[in-house]
Amino acid sequence: MVQEIIFIVLAAVLIGAALGVITARNPVHAALFLVLAFVTSAGLWLLLEAEFLGIVLVLVYVGAVMVLFLFVVMMLDINTATLRQGFARYAPLGVVVAAIVAVEIGYVVWSEKLGVTFGTPVNHPAEYSNTRELGNVIYTSYVYPFELAAVILLVGIVAAITLTLRRRAGTRSQDPVKQVRVSAKRGRVRLVNMPSEPRHGGDGK
Amino acid sequence: MTQTLHELRAYWDALPPALQLTLQSIGGIMVIMICLILAVAYMTLAERRIIGFMQVRLGPNRVGPWGLLQPFADVLKLVFKEVILPSSANKFLFIIAPIISIATAFAAWAVIPFSNGVILSNINAGLLYILALTSFSVYGVILSGWASNSKYAFLGAMRSAAQMVAYEIAMGFALVGVLMASQSLNLNDIVLGQSGNIGHWYLWPLLPLFVIYFISGVAETNRMPFDVAEGESEIVAGFHVEYSGTAFAAFFLAEYANMILISALASIMFWGGWLSPFQGWHALQGTFLGFLTAASFIWFAVKIGIFLYAFLWLRATFPRYRYDQIMRLGWKVFIPITILWLVLEGAAIVLKIGPWFV
Amino acid sequence: MNALRSWVKSLLLVELFKGMGLTLRVFFAPKVTIRYPEENTPKSPRYRGLHAQRRYANGEERCIACKLCEAVCPALAITIDSEQREDGTRRTTRYDIDLFKCIYCGFCEEACPVDAIVETSITEFHFEKRGEQIMTKEKLLAVGDRFEAQIAAERAADAPYR
Repeated sequence: MVQEIIFIVLAAVLIGAALGVITARNPVHAALFLVLAFVTSAGLWLLLEAEFLGIVLVLVYVGAVMVLFLFVVMMLDINTATLRQGFARYAPLGVVVAAIVAVEIGYVVWSEKLGVTFGTPVNHPAEYSNTRELGNVIYTSYVYPFELAAVILLVGIVAAITLTLRRRAGTRSQDPVKQVRVSAKRGRVRLVNMPSEPRHGGDGK
Repeated sequence: MTQTLHELRAYWDALPPALQLTLQSIGGIMVIMICLILAVAYMTLAERRIIGFMQVRLGPNRVGPWGLLQPFADVLKLVFKEVILPSSANKFLFIIAPIISIATAFAAWAVIPFSNGVILSNINAGLLYILALTSFSVYGVILSGWASNSKYAFLGAMRSAAQMVAYEIAMGFALVGVLMASQSLNLNDIVLGQSGNIGHWYLWPLLPLFVIYFISGVAETNRMPFDVAEGESEIVAGFHVEYSGTAFAAFFLAEYANMILISALASIMFWGGWLSPFQGWHALQGTFLGFLTAASFIWFAVKIGIFLYAFLWLRATFPRYRYDQIMRLGWKVFIPITILWLVLEGAAIVLKIGPWFV
Repeated sequence: MNALRSWVKSLLLVELFKGMGLTLRVFFAPKVTIRYPEENTPKSPRYRGLHAQRRYANGEERCIACKLCEAVCPALAITIDSEQREDGTRRTTRYDIDLFKCIYCGFCEEACPVDAIVETSITEFHFEKRGEQIMTKEKLLAVGDRFEAQIAAERAADAPYR
């Protein structure tokens, strides 16, 4: 009963936020609606006793990915008019994607009539650790796909770093390590011995 | 007296269990919140006094004996000031930003164990919950900076966004080390895993991770010397430059509550939480110092106090980092060290080295 | 070798702990703060604060209306009117110092041949209404009567150096 109320509230907020993402005129608002959508879907996952996935969704997507997203969106002055120009061109593709999603949802909703059965979620006792089960599965049955995904991500990281790591000529930058290593005796001050220069009468003295 | 107590007891037992649980939770939340707000109030006073002492002066000592009523004077002043909404600000986000800051700072306390089993919500994924909430707290800063529609506030928000994302990774890795050592995400179990005397604490096998965790915690809360988000001398007050009155106070409440939270987490994960450092010392047992060997909330409070002092100590000692140096420290120093130490720790666990990994 | 040493040093946070050691030492050091209303900074006997007019021991006012102070005052803060008494001595009828104009240079005190106008070491004075900043003769004499002991002691302490 309570769970159903929570589910309905979260689902309603999630749908509202998802609509907000695609209808908000301000890109920052759209990104914030996306954050709200992530948080509510994390709540839905918690209802399904998938607390690891729910919290990791908040941790990774809300805490890191969306922060960087907002970072970029806030800095850019996005012209929404030009973004809307391609609407007619992309509409067919969008309709196809929406149709596929609708069919999938319908398949799940009317599964009983279609004669397809899914296992109902089992209620676990309080000390059941979703995280431990997930780890057990990932590192046994699915170890190769998991490692493959890890390698692909690593390649992605390396590629991103190499793309940004261009050394432009003529830029000036400081190396803190070198700065720290300068000793007061050697390097910073150079004592020279030279005869004093006579003052030239520049200022009339 | 006992009669009324018994009647109350009977009345309480007659309530449905769901309502009992709700009332208990609300009561627990109220106690934690009130204690936390009081702690924050006196933290502001302690900060001013301690930093004053470190600058060879006395700090505020006029309001009440030793200045003990100073926090209340500050609160009264802030509460009676007008909250000004900048005309071109985004009203909704402007108002919700301090609420997000303070809500995340307080919500994290739900899983902090104050003593064995004394915990509002003893969930299995406590460590992850804490990480998720601390990562969420950056939204208060970003939203306030963007919604203010002010250049200084925006600069502060951008700085803090990049900084918090960078240090969260190092912090997360440091906590992975704790997770590997304790084999649990439950904070209560993490503390119990450090049972024994001071030598059994995770502080010793995870010393580099502890140092990195604490420094990242300082960076995560935007405290000196990582306070570029506020940076008084550069961008006035950073993300909260447009705020006044209670909204401004809310940001400070959140900042100090986060400091206390980081201190509590550091003591739970590396210093054995509520456990006594002299646990099992037979020399002390039976003497008048016997109470020192008992695990209690007092030890937890003492450890939190030590870390909070360290926060202020750092602030009084070091100048603000330059921004590129902050980024370098986070990405190029802390993350490699944590990864290296995780590998070493993994090897130690596999080889069952020392008193910690058996 | 130098690189290795500095690397180890920065890894062990040697410099940071040195800095924190310094602040910790200062934390326990005696504090320099003066708790003002209860404590006060020591003042020199030459301190130039609020003005006063002194009297002789027999109660006669010292000022003889020579107007040297009025003449020497760089800020034109002093205004003096005088009359001749029945016994033939000259005394002031009006002796006003505008404390808003006064720069507390002490020239009036230096110029005075009879040590009548002096600057005391009193710093705690204030005005609440316009016009109160004019120190009239009565007010000056009142200050002098009230703090005569302190004024005399300060003059005596400074006398060897004059």
